[in-house]
Amino acid sequence: MNNNDTISKTLIVAVSLCLVCSALISFSAVELRDLQEANKTLDKQSKILSAAGLLDEDTDVKELFQSIEARIVNLETGEFDSEISLTEYEESAFSRNPATSIELTSDNDIALLKRRENFQTVYLHYDVDSLNAVILPVRGYGLWGTMKGYLALEPDLKTIIGLEFFDHKETPGLGGEIDNPKWKSIWKGKEVYSDSGDILISVIKGSVDKSSTLAKYQVDGLSGATITSNGVTNLLSFWLGDMGYGPLIDRLKQNEVKDV
Amino acid sequence: MSKAKEVLLNPIFNDNPIALQILGICSALAVTGNLYITLIMCVALTTVVTLSNLSVSLIRNHIPTNIRIIVQISIIATLVMLVDEVLQAFDYESSKTLSVFVGLIVTNCIVMGRAEAFAMKNGPLMSAIDGFGNGLGYSVILIVIAIIREFVGAGTFYGIEIMPLTTNGGWYLANNFFLTPASSFFIIGFTIWALRQWKTEQIEESEFKISKNSLEGEKGAA
Repeated sequence: MNNNDTISKTLIVAVSLCLVCSALISFSAVELRDLQEANKTLDKQSKILSAAGLLDEDTDVKELFQSIEARIVNLETGEFDSEISLTEYEESAFSRNPATSIELTSDNDIALLKRRENFQTVYLHYDVDSLNAVILPVRGYGLWGTMKGYLALEPDLKTIIGLEFFDHKETPGLGGEIDNPKWKSIWKGKEVYSDSGDILISVIKGSVDKSSTLAKYQVDGLSGATITSNGVTNLLSFWLGDMGYGPLIDRLKQNEVKDV
Repeated sequence: MSKAKEVLLNPIFNDNPIALQILGICSALAVTGNLYITLIMCVALTTVVTLSNLSVSLIRNHIPTNIRIIVQISIIATLVMLVDEVLQAFDYESSKTLSVFVGLIVTNCIVMGRAEAFAMKNGPLMSAIDGFGNGLGYSVILIVIAIIREFVGAGTFYGIEIMPLTTNGGWYLANNFFLTPASSFFIIGFTIWALRQWKTEQIEESEFKISKNSLEGEKGAA
């Protein structure tokens, strides 16, 4: 038993242990990858459907998602881009790569993103042949980290169908209430642009005064979560503005989105 | 009581890893805001500690003394990564919230403590039972904390609404403090107190004794 401490025995034990452990991990990673990928896609799809108010407990997410068309859009021009395939597009990689993103300056980086990718995936939902909903991925900084979500707009491109966050680090019970179904439900029917095209949507402090002319652009703030509430306002202002989906929305309004 | 039964049941109340040995407090603070998440964490930890005890015990006679901690950590880390992979594949929703904490099981003192203190000296079957027992002991305390925190902090039990919250149109104003990890300190403290009231032999002897007031002593003499 004492010869366990010789150098050769130590090396043999260490090396064989490493081999066994790494084999186990590699095996499980490879075996389970398909399931994990499927879970991720399913999760993303259900959030997209939920933002557009299409999620239905009884129907399979995959089946519901068939009615949704994903397109890559060039954020600079607002045109759809068919050169990048949907499978090779990855937001995080594109937003880091200097060739496919731009650096934001302090005056236009209201959502605190630092860099913005030049391409994004947007989702269009068609009811028979007419456009029914446009679902746009949005993200921005809250209190503790980046909040990522989907904003769904009516075909008039100014009325909100829903806003759904799928990834955030806000405090449970305070900022985390952005996941509260009751709070999410007040977004429906709110308008983002004024008639002259200014972005007016905002999460205000306290409750919305229903008699105000601005009421349709305002959402009740989350109590105890001012920074999160402001973060939501900022990320919407950013993504709906010229640096975000502004050009795409203009083109969609004029019905002249071309395939490149 | 047979040896196996003792090894299995002792860690639950008599020698609880959290309440008596004060180990594994970090995850008891972090993952107890919601009962479902806590249950997943308990299953993950119990699996890891049982299997790590078993594997360490199986090769205990071949582990060189000078690298034994590294060997134990490698085994534990491998098991933790496996558990994380399985969780991502089969329960994606909770893996999103738990991934960080599952990863941190590697540093959980209970797992390492049992490997070093028990599995290095005992046979595989006994070690596995010991690991499972300690996992149960950890789970019992975590579940108690989670039930209290979820109930007071969110008015729910296992996600079922018991007290309707004011934010959802009910009457109960949630105590948000209970949703923050710091509240667990208080609950763990009270749990330990309650346990020691029941099992008085767990009360530690105080390190300092307050001496009698010297003035009073003089008075008595006078």
